[in-house]
Formats: sequence, C-alpha cells, structure tokens
Amino acid sequence: MSTDTSSSMSTTYIVYGVILAIAVIQVVVALTLGPSLGRMLILAVIQAYLAVMFFMHLRDEKSNLRLALIPATLFVLVMLNMVWADSFRLITMKPFAK
Amino acid sequence: MSEANLTLQHDALAGVMEESPFSIPSSKLVMWLFIISDACTFGAVLVAYGYIRNSAADWPLVFESASIWNALLMTFILVSSSLTVLFAVRAAQADDRQGAFRWTMITAAGGVLFALLHIREWMSLIGQGVRLFQNPWGSPMFGAAFFSVTGLHMAHVIGGVIALVVVGTGYKAGRYASKHIEIWSLYWHFVDLVWMFVVPLIYLLNMKR
Repeated sequence: MSTDTSSSMSTTYIVYGVILAIAVIQVVVALTLGPSLGRMLILAVIQAYLAVMFFMHLRDEKSNLRLALIPATLFVLVMLNMVWADSFRLITMKPFAK
Repeated sequence: MSEANLTLQHDALAGVMEESPFSIPSSKLVMWLFIISDACTFGAVLVAYGYIRNSAADWPLVFESASIWNALLMTFILVSSSLTVLFAVRAAQADDRQGAFRWTMITAAGGVLFALLHIREWMSLIGQGVRLFQNPWGSPMFGAAFFSVTGLHMAHVIGGVIALVVVGTGYKAGRYASKHIEIWSLYWHFVDLVWMFVVPLIYLLNMKR
C-alpha cells in the first residue's frame, strides 16, 4: 500500500514538473520562434491531457466513464471550429479588403 | 439526513437497483458533467475570440515581455495549487481532517494570489486605456475579447476559492466527507486546465513582436 502511494506520488511530481516545463517551453518558443497557433495548441493539449489523466485521475476511472465523457466533449469542441471559414471570409470582403 | 443513514439506505437498495455503470458516486458524476459542459462553454468563448481576432484587420499585439512572465508566474501558482489540492485529497482519504483542511486552505490561498496577479494585469491594461469597446492601439473588440475570456476564468477561480474554503472548513468540522474534497479538487484542476489554453491563445498570440 505504502509502495503504491509513494509510486503514485512520484508520478504526480513528475507530471507536475512536466506541465510546468511545457509552460516554460511554450513561452521560450513564443519568444524565440514566434507564437505559432499550431505549436501553442499542441503544447496546450499535451498539458491538458496530463492534467485530466493524472491530476483528475480519469485514467483510474472505468473506461465507461472515459467513453461517456471524452468523445462527446471532443465532438462539441471540434464542431465549434466550423466558424473559421466565415471569420476569414469577413476580412477578405469589403470594406477591409485591400 | 446523515451520511450514515444514506449509506444504510443505499445498502438496502443495492439488491434492487442497478449498479452505476461508472462506479463513482452520483455527485462526482455530476461534477464531471458540469466540467464537460463548462469545457464547451470555454471552448465557445475562445472560438468567439478567435473569430473576432481573425476578422479584424487591425488586431493589436499588446503584451510586453513583463506581461508574458507575469502569465508564466500565474501558471506556476495555479499548477502548484493543483498539486496542493491533491495533497488535500490524499489527506482527506487518510481521514486526516487537519491536514486536508490545511492543504485546502493553501490551495485557496494560491487561488487568491492568482486572482490578485490577474487583477493587477487588468488594472495595468485599464491604465493604458483599454476598455470593453475601445483601446489606443487597434480593433476596439480587443478589450471585450480579453476581459471576457480572462474574466470568465477569474470568476471560476474566485468561485473555486469560495467552494474550497466552504468544503475545507466543513470537512474539518465533520459536515462533509472526503469525497466532497475530491469532487471540488476536480473542479480546481479544471480551472487550471482552462488556464493552459488561455495563456497561449490570449497572451502568447497577442504579444508584441
């Protein structure tokens, strides 16, 4: 039991360190290479995955719960992205078009 | 009705009612459902911000490196408070009421510090002339987008601080069970998770180049 506890705590510390390291990498990359949306989002998604699986312990829950929560949420978040084409259309139309 | 009575009732009904397919308390399931609905809310707000940003010809890039380092400090505080709330859950599961209370209060203090740093950032922008629908640099919608996204997040932080104080003191006094600390820790981690998207999308993409 105590071995399990100490091993899960060491995992927690590692995840904590990795999340903070990614936050620093994000800033350094943005300052040196420029803040590309793709790079920033990939790093943020890795941070979010670690937080959900290890801090929120979703990986320890039954797979039923993961299946109930994750696909539905991702579906809604992906469908929200339908608006991008329209946002680019606005800037290429008059009166903004040059 | 006391928790012990509820447990007895639950045991009596165990043979009659179907077992939960998720094997978690219904209150924890409710928090998960709240979190996914809130994730969709933040997703919608961030997409709306992106839409406005894309469609503006003169979107201002305003954040100096001091603001970026301030955002990184806020990240450090929030992620560290996620760690301390895990300590609170662990103490509560070990029935260490004093320890759980102490770690919950440390987490809440982290939330207060985060909110103070955020308010300082807001005041700095307001001092430079940023309002909801005007600013000295470009698209007037910058202020509306910035204050909406960060304001919604800060409201969640303040709500979380209040909830942690209530649940932490209630757990110490014996009014709440360890599962309540665990459930509110989920909420606190979610607040941390949202910030992981706010920093790159709001701060890093809008820094001065």
